Amino acid sequence: MSNKILRKKALIPGQTSMLVIHAPQIAKKAKPGNFVILRIHSKGERVPLTIADTDQNAGTITIVYLVVGKSSALLETLKEGDTILDVCGPLGKPTHIEKCGTVICVGGGTGIAAMHHIAKGHHRAGNHVVAIVGARSKDLLLFCDELGGFCPELLIATDDGSTGHKGFVTEVLRDRLEKDKDVAEVVAIGPVPMMEAVSKVTKPFGVRTVVSLNSIMVDGVGMCGACRCNVGGETRFACVDGPEFDGHKVDFNELRMRLAQYKNQENESMDLFRSEHGK
Amino acid sequence: MVNKKKFNPTRTPMPEQPADVRNKNFKEVALGYSREQAIEEANRCIQCKVPMCQKGCPVEIDIKGFIGHLAAGDIPSAYKVIKQTNALPAVCGRVCPQENQCEGSCILGKKHEPVAIGRLERFVADTFDSDSACEMITGDTACSLPNEHVKVACIGSGPSSLTVSGYLAARGVPVTVYEALHEIGGVLVYGIPEFRLPKSIVAREVGALWAKGVTFLPNWVGGKTITIQDLLDDGYDAIFIGVGAGLPWFLNIPGENLVGVYSSNEYLTRINLGRAYDFPNYDTPAPRPRNVAVVGGGNVAMDAARTALRLGAENVYITYRRTQDEMPARREELHHAIEEGVKLELLTSPISINGDENSHVKSMTLQVMELGEPDDSGRCRPVPVEGKTKELEVDMVILAVGTGANPVLLEATPGLSLSKRGYIEADPETGETSIPNVFAGGDIVGGSATVISAMGAGRKAAKTIAERLKVELE
Repeated sequence: MSNKILRKKALIPGQTSMLVIHAPQIAKKAKPGNFVILRIHSKGERVPLTIADTDQNAGTITIVYLVVGKSSALLETLKEGDTILDVCGPLGKPTHIEKCGTVICVGGGTGIAAMHHIAKGHHRAGNHVVAIVGARSKDLLLFCDELGGFCPELLIATDDGSTGHKGFVTEVLRDRLEKDKDVAEVVAIGPVPMMEAVSKVTKPFGVRTVVSLNSIMVDGVGMCGACRCNVGGETRFACVDGPEFDGHKVDFNELRMRLAQYKNQENESMDLFRSEHGK
Repeated sequence: MVNKKKFNPTRTPMPEQPADVRNKNFKEVALGYSREQAIEEANRCIQCKVPMCQKGCPVEIDIKGFIGHLAAGDIPSAYKVIKQTNALPAVCGRVCPQENQCEGSCILGKKHEPVAIGRLERFVADTFDSDSACEMITGDTACSLPNEHVKVACIGSGPSSLTVSGYLAARGVPVTVYEALHEIGGVLVYGIPEFRLPKSIVAREVGALWAKGVTFLPNWVGGKTITIQDLLDDGYDAIFIGVGAGLPWFLNIPGENLVGVYSSNEYLTRINLGRAYDFPNYDTPAPRPRNVAVVGGGNVAMDAARTALRLGAENVYITYRRTQDEMPARREELHHAIEEGVKLELLTSPISINGDENSHVKSMTLQVMELGEPDDSGRCRPVPVEGKTKELEVDMVILAVGTGANPVLLEATPGLSLSKRGYIEADPETGETSIPNVFAGGDIVGGSATVISAMGAGRKAAKTIAERLKVELE
């Protein structure tokens, strides 16, 4: 595996970037919903990131990341032509995709990138894909052109109303569900509060709702149990049983508290990175 | 002058870091024998006509032979003897449960202390540069691959696969080892702490295998990046599955998903593989609790408890449902743990983990137990003492209660027969699975066991593979 960065694009300058990485074996195997684990330098931690796209012919995978902590800040320092130390995958169970009619794919923030891969899978399976994307404002939306290319409906919500509906994706979703009682499935990927809110909206409609959990992971292959989450009262591992689960059964409170457990260390790491890089 | 005729009933003591020093660092606890100490200890061996020690060794080391050479001061010959059957002597000399194996069968042990075979193995391995292992075995400095027409793949790079690759590489077979994590060595690097088995020792043994022509590919997940069928399609003549039993068990008690509850796998992987003890110099974060409870009585529990002490915990308790005598851990590790300050909460079994308002662990409720009648295994069964519980104030809990079969590779391999307990079914004599020319060994076959038993299984499979591919040297 070469792990060479063939293309880098700032999607939201200084905040969100996209990398196209040469990893032919992973590209060959990856399906929508899979993720990879990266390690950026020899002292680095293992970072899980969803695969946003693949190109088997070119042997590439695409990842999109938000610069939030030291590891993503380090990843952001890499340029086209650089090599990522470790890229491991594809991991996790792929999204369950079958021809089922209308599927609504909801994406928020960086989650739109991962949602895009799944929406593409549903489109290829012959489903009518409704994409609903949301962000704080127009400039923070991702993958709208790509989604527009294959989704018959692309609905947008922004907090500030700079484009599309002014408000949340959940409002657009509720509106869409009320208009059409034959939606087979809703897929939601984004921040935890968004996925929780989407699950709440869909529940009364009785629509199957899939969410993708971004739990803390270490090995990513079912060995450590760090990513365990409570789904319908059972402990499941997001890395091997997921990352996608029934949104109506996920204990989002537990997920939230487990996600926050390294906050202090993450801040410490980031401060150190900033002082080392003069930022 | 030492009178050699006078028999010394006690073993030559192992130099160690003092307990109150070592419990604050990650350097190796046991420092190793000097040449004089090793030869002195080797001379305690009475060179039995029928050496019982060898029968106790899963990889069939000619123990009598190597100790004989060592006693005569011929360390290269001693190394050659060990290396003929053991690909990882520096590892085995450190982590084998010798008391149950070679040393447990030593005839001196009946009346006195047995010969310190493990310590001698470690001395020989550490003294000798293992890079020349190929020349030692094949007599060929170039490490040629005379059997380049065949090829073998191993999945997982733990002790069983390292044994398979060592055995076959010495016979000139190209072997490719696929590893899911970013570092080679499996449990030797993610599970066993630096103070018991330094990473540099594992790296040296792995380096020796590289030198013999073994190819190691990290970040290849068996069942995900590559499947058994892919390998068969690629023309591998034989495949060995040595993926270990990596799925952590939990207790299914209330509070298990609270913040501050860890599986031993996560805790040790963070600290060992991620070098979290050196955070923030390394990026992987580690928790820094004050009071820690470790649940379990095996080597992993000892490793986790001693690691927590080294990371600055004030109180570290090992809670175990039987007594000290029934603990499955190596005696040496248990003694080291106690010396370093680990406290034992014996005859207790956790019934709940309790959290504070932030969903963080604040205590654990333990059921008090007593020993009842012996069960089928001959060990006394722990029985709850009705109505008697204990509270332990802790801010972290590490569960070291065992592991099961990881499903990732198994689910991706149709046609692979599994046992009722979910492990791979393999022929006990040959290691072959239900898929022809696909072999398996180590924890994924038998469940959690020891490094040396995994190596023993690897050796059996490698022998069968060598025979079948007609690459035997002997």
